[in-house]
Amino acid sequence: MAKRIDVSGLTAYYGSHKAIEDISMTVEPRSVTAFIGPSGCGKSTFLRTLNRMHEVTPGGRVEGKVLLDDEDLYGTGIDPVSVRREVGMVFQRPNPFPTMSIFENVAAGLRLNGNYKKSRLNDIVEKSLRGANLWNEVKDRLNKPGSGLSGGQQQRLCIARAIAVEPKVLLMDEPCSALDPISTLAIEDLIGELKERFTIVIVTHNMQQAARVSDRTAFFNLAAVGQPGRLIEIDDTERIFSNPSVQATEDYISGRFG
Amino acid sequence: MSTAAVTDKRPSTLRGASLPKWSPWAIAAGSVAVAAGLGLVAGLHSKVQWGLIAALLFVAGTYGIAARVEGRRQAKDRVATSLVWVAFLLAVVPLVSLVWTTVARGVKVLDVYFLTHSMGIVADSEPGGGIYHAIIGSLEQVGLATAIGAPIGVLTAIYLVEYGRGRLAQAVTFFVDVMTGIPSIVAGLFILSLMLIFHMQPFGFAGSLALAILMMPVVVRSTEEMLKLVPNELREASLALGVPKWRTILKVVLPTSIGGITTGIMLAVARITGETAPVLLLVFGNPFINNNPFEGAQASLPLYIFQQYSAGNDAAFDRAWAASLTLIAFVMILNLVARGIARWKAPKTGR
Repeated sequence: MAKRIDVSGLTAYYGSHKAIEDISMTVEPRSVTAFIGPSGCGKSTFLRTLNRMHEVTPGGRVEGKVLLDDEDLYGTGIDPVSVRREVGMVFQRPNPFPTMSIFENVAAGLRLNGNYKKSRLNDIVEKSLRGANLWNEVKDRLNKPGSGLSGGQQQRLCIARAIAVEPKVLLMDEPCSALDPISTLAIEDLIGELKERFTIVIVTHNMQQAARVSDRTAFFNLAAVGQPGRLIEIDDTERIFSNPSVQATEDYISGRFG
Repeated sequence: MSTAAVTDKRPSTLRGASLPKWSPWAIAAGSVAVAAGLGLVAGLHSKVQWGLIAALLFVAGTYGIAARVEGRRQAKDRVATSLVWVAFLLAVVPLVSLVWTTVARGVKVLDVYFLTHSMGIVADSEPGGGIYHAIIGSLEQVGLATAIGAPIGVLTAIYLVEYGRGRLAQAVTFFVDVMTGIPSIVAGLFILSLMLIFHMQPFGFAGSLALAILMMPVVVRSTEEMLKLVPNELREASLALGVPKWRTILKVVLPTSIGGITTGIMLAVARITGETAPVLLLVFGNPFINNNPFEGAQASLPLYIFQQYSAGNDAAFDRAWAASLTLIAFVMILNLVARGIARWKAPKTGR
């Protein structure tokens, strides 16, 4: 059920500001693709164009094509709401719904979309929480508020919430940047398991993390401040970290950047 | 080398002389005593003057004593603290005095009979009678005004925060701000002009319309602020789950901010409950019970207070005070209910 993403000639704007320019890449199903690059180079913007979250920002618009198994996400008649059901997202900071319990948080996607069978809800919530490696920690307090969990648990709750709606692709925007090393490890292990079922794209500032979890790595960079970000290269993670074909990539990875 | 040994050799530079904890109370008591003495000697009759002299003496005395004992910096600190306390007392004294006066004078005739009877067969100059008709009128007018004003206000705020972009949103914001400043009599005159066009007699619902006009901007403003407090991440989290925008607003944004929105609405309700001017113009007042807000003049609590006080005899004064007490109690209960709802609905933080 994981799907392939084919991006071609994608350019994204914030109002009149061009944030990323002419990006083309392919993301294979059932793999982890990591985006690395300096701050402000458009990694997150690019990630958000993959499930049409970019246009939620005022002034955000996109040119180019994003094919999800041969269907253009930006084609005419495509409903962004349906796109986001296929392409889920986990954010930088854990953001469980504060008015909802742990159970309700996981069930939120299904309940708010209204298409589920009540009898299956308990199973889906348990399955999602098990999938996010959180079940054993919260099974006795499913009715407690989600905001009472620790940061790492909250982030795994958000992952459970995202996978509960059974997306085909899971986008993760620096999911570990607000977490301690142990929670980070838990999430990285989880990513390893999730890639059996989903196509995963992860933005990270942590190069070891990219090296640990990803199959392919894309390096983004921008020519100068105010210039749009570009995709410098994308390749197998091993190659990027051992023998990249572009000098800038090697400079960035080895810390000789700038 | 122990610390005690160091202290023995020379005084610590970190510890200066300091006034004892009870010194502010002593200074306060002293200044009140001196002020009372001065007042008696100078023959000042007004206790307010005594209080002001005491306040001045307290601030000046605090500075003088603290500067002498503790040094200038601590003295300034103490003066700032005492100014805060004096300001607090200045704010609280009239409030307590008002509540006290209302309670003391209001309880005289306030009983079940008073709450359940109208002024139908009682002349304003006689004792007896009650405010049942005014309570009914107030509840109906304010209830209808809330039923109109609150939804429109909340929806306007949702438009401004969630959808509004560009010129239209700016214009709406501007006019909402202008509306906040509309004097209540002007809202009343606006509805009155409509009534005159259609040749209508005063009735309760006309008052509700004017009250709704007064209520709307307050609701819009407070709701807008509450919606802005909802973190954008929650909206994005919901949208990223494939939830449509309207459902996101309904199921995530509004529940997160419902406590604050309720408080805002209740404050607006409290504000319009005490409005007299538009009610006087549009509802006119009526000593009989009129349960129908859509036909015929009605009474309302603030209007009743105004009319009873204008009647100018002891029985009417007593009734006016009792009605004032009822009105204050009504608004206070509303506020308590709002706080209860806000606490009950607030985002949960327990583990």
